[in-house]
Amino acid sequence: MELLLVVIIGLLYAAGIYMMLRRSLLKLIIGLILLGNGANMLIFLLGRIVKGKPPIIDASESILSGIYADPVPQALILTAIVISFGLQSFAIILIKRAYKVVKTDDLDEMNATDEDL
Amino acid sequence: MSNPYIILPVIFQLFTAILLMFFWTKKNSQKLISIICSLITLGISIWLITIVLLQGIHVTQAGGWEAPFGITFVADPLSTLMILLTSISGLAVSIFSTGSVRNARIKFGYFPIFHFLLMGLNGAFLAGDIFNLYVWFEIIIISSFVLITLGGEKAQLEGSIKYVTMNLLASVVFLTAIAILYGLTGSLNMADLSIRVANIENRGLVNVTAILFFVGFGIKSAVFPLHFWLPASYHTPPPAISAIFGGLLTKVGVYALLRVFTLIFIPDDFMTDVITWVAIMTILTGCLGALVQNNIRKIFSYLIVGHIGYMIAGLGMYTEAALVGTIFYLIHDIIVKTNLFMVTGVIFKLKGTYSMRNLGGFYKTYPKLSLLMAVPIFSLVGIPPLSGFWAKVFWIESGFITENYLLVFVLVFGSFLTLVTMAKLWAEVVWKDGDALPMKINVKYFWELKPIKRVAMIVPIVLLSMVSLYIGFGAEHIISISRLIGSQLIDTTPYIEAVLGPLNAEVI
Repeated sequence: MELLLVVIIGLLYAAGIYMMLRRSLLKLIIGLILLGNGANMLIFLLGRIVKGKPPIIDASESILSGIYADPVPQALILTAIVISFGLQSFAIILIKRAYKVVKTDDLDEMNATDEDL
Repeated sequence: MSNPYIILPVIFQLFTAILLMFFWTKKNSQKLISIICSLITLGISIWLITIVLLQGIHVTQAGGWEAPFGITFVADPLSTLMILLTSISGLAVSIFSTGSVRNARIKFGYFPIFHFLLMGLNGAFLAGDIFNLYVWFEIIIISSFVLITLGGEKAQLEGSIKYVTMNLLASVVFLTAIAILYGLTGSLNMADLSIRVANIENRGLVNVTAILFFVGFGIKSAVFPLHFWLPASYHTPPPAISAIFGGLLTKVGVYALLRVFTLIFIPDDFMTDVITWVAIMTILTGCLGALVQNNIRKIFSYLIVGHIGYMIAGLGMYTEAALVGTIFYLIHDIIVKTNLFMVTGVIFKLKGTYSMRNLGGFYKTYPKLSLLMAVPIFSLVGIPPLSGFWAKVFWIESGFITENYLLVFVLVFGSFLTLVTMAKLWAEVVWKDGDALPMKINVKYFWELKPIKRVAMIVPIVLLSMVSLYIGFGAEHIISISRLIGSQLIDTTPYIEAVLGPLNAEVI
């Protein structure tokens, strides 16, 4: 399981960076989304994967004992997913606006900021 | 010392932003509320820094969960100082915005978003938990995305694509770094991390994590070779927005670097070498880049990069004196960069262009305004009694002590390049005889504005120039605060004890 996740995370990061390096705006956004998912999976993996041991304290005990699934990484991932959802929706609207105004989705054509105003 | 009121600067900005939303279409009420609430925030931050300087570090644990488990907010001298500077710049830009930002932008929620941005900044300075810091960073960038795209001009949208992409990438790198750090230590509280990271055997992994943090914050603070987005985007939004971005946003990155690299990762020889080389290249690229620009806003954008290099250099030398210099420069730079971008706004309103080649004859037509402009411009260069000078004394002294002679040379060379750039700007904009420029239809000129708007554009420049002059002439006070912060950055025990309670000897 860990090995599979490691391979998936590596692929997500690689694909994300590759997509970001393309010139198309749409691929840029896809690249960012893939990178974000890769990061979330990484938190999941590094929070240690434990199967079938929920962090619930037995009625007879007062603290958790033995190995249990750490709930913190899941809280972190949930937060990160919500945040990246907001940011990505903003980015998608932004490229749509930019495409309408600039009339190209080629990043190399977007050089109005370098003009001498 | 536990004190739940330290998060007032955050809560109050949130309250302001929400209050402003109720006045969505009423632009005059929005302006008034924004200025009044900025004044109150300034009062709160002065109160906060006073109690922190008098009584020591204040801490609050959110929800009453004890330190390594809950979310901690820490008000130490560095963070309260940053909040004070944010409030000063926030007030100035708030007043400036009432005069210079167009009604169409205000109708699309300029002021609420502006206060959300300030809330995010204050939150980031108070965060005592690394994941919480990430969340505040996200609040800052989403607000800044809206501000930079508001208006939707062509150049603005193109600039914002670069800005958005790089900031999202920085967030992912930062999140990756947090993931690895959590995997290594199982903690997110910065004070707790400080102890745990020091005890990790595998220094190689620690250095990899440290580099990831450096890249993440480096993109945000625009250090070489991660700075290209800054000169491509900071000159596109309206001057008021450039002012708050130029003054504060890159400095959050510097703050985070200072915090993480003094508290969690104490730089070893490898890290100080990396930081020093990055600083050298940042100073050179920023200052050389500024030299060849023609657009005055681009000149200041490149100078932001160059001067970030100075602050990183102080971190790279990693002596107490060098950090004192960095803190002093941080104080100076926030005020002066905010001010300079507002000055460019006034220049544009008067002449209708940012091009240095076409500008001119400022002194002949507006002698008083030229004198006012001289204060931030010469403060930036650092002519001795003015504010940019004092920090360099600390850096050069520590450069000689740590035998970083190349860095000392680059610091001096960078200052020289800044001087040349500013002299060129002064000669071109102020002293050169200017021809009358053709009137542009879509620009609302200064004299067409209502008198109250004109006052609102000049008052914040005067205000920040006074602060700049105080930093320069009252350097004694600023240095004593910087020394206190510098000593706390080197010896972090007070910070850790304030968060986790008294440490017993064996843990250290």
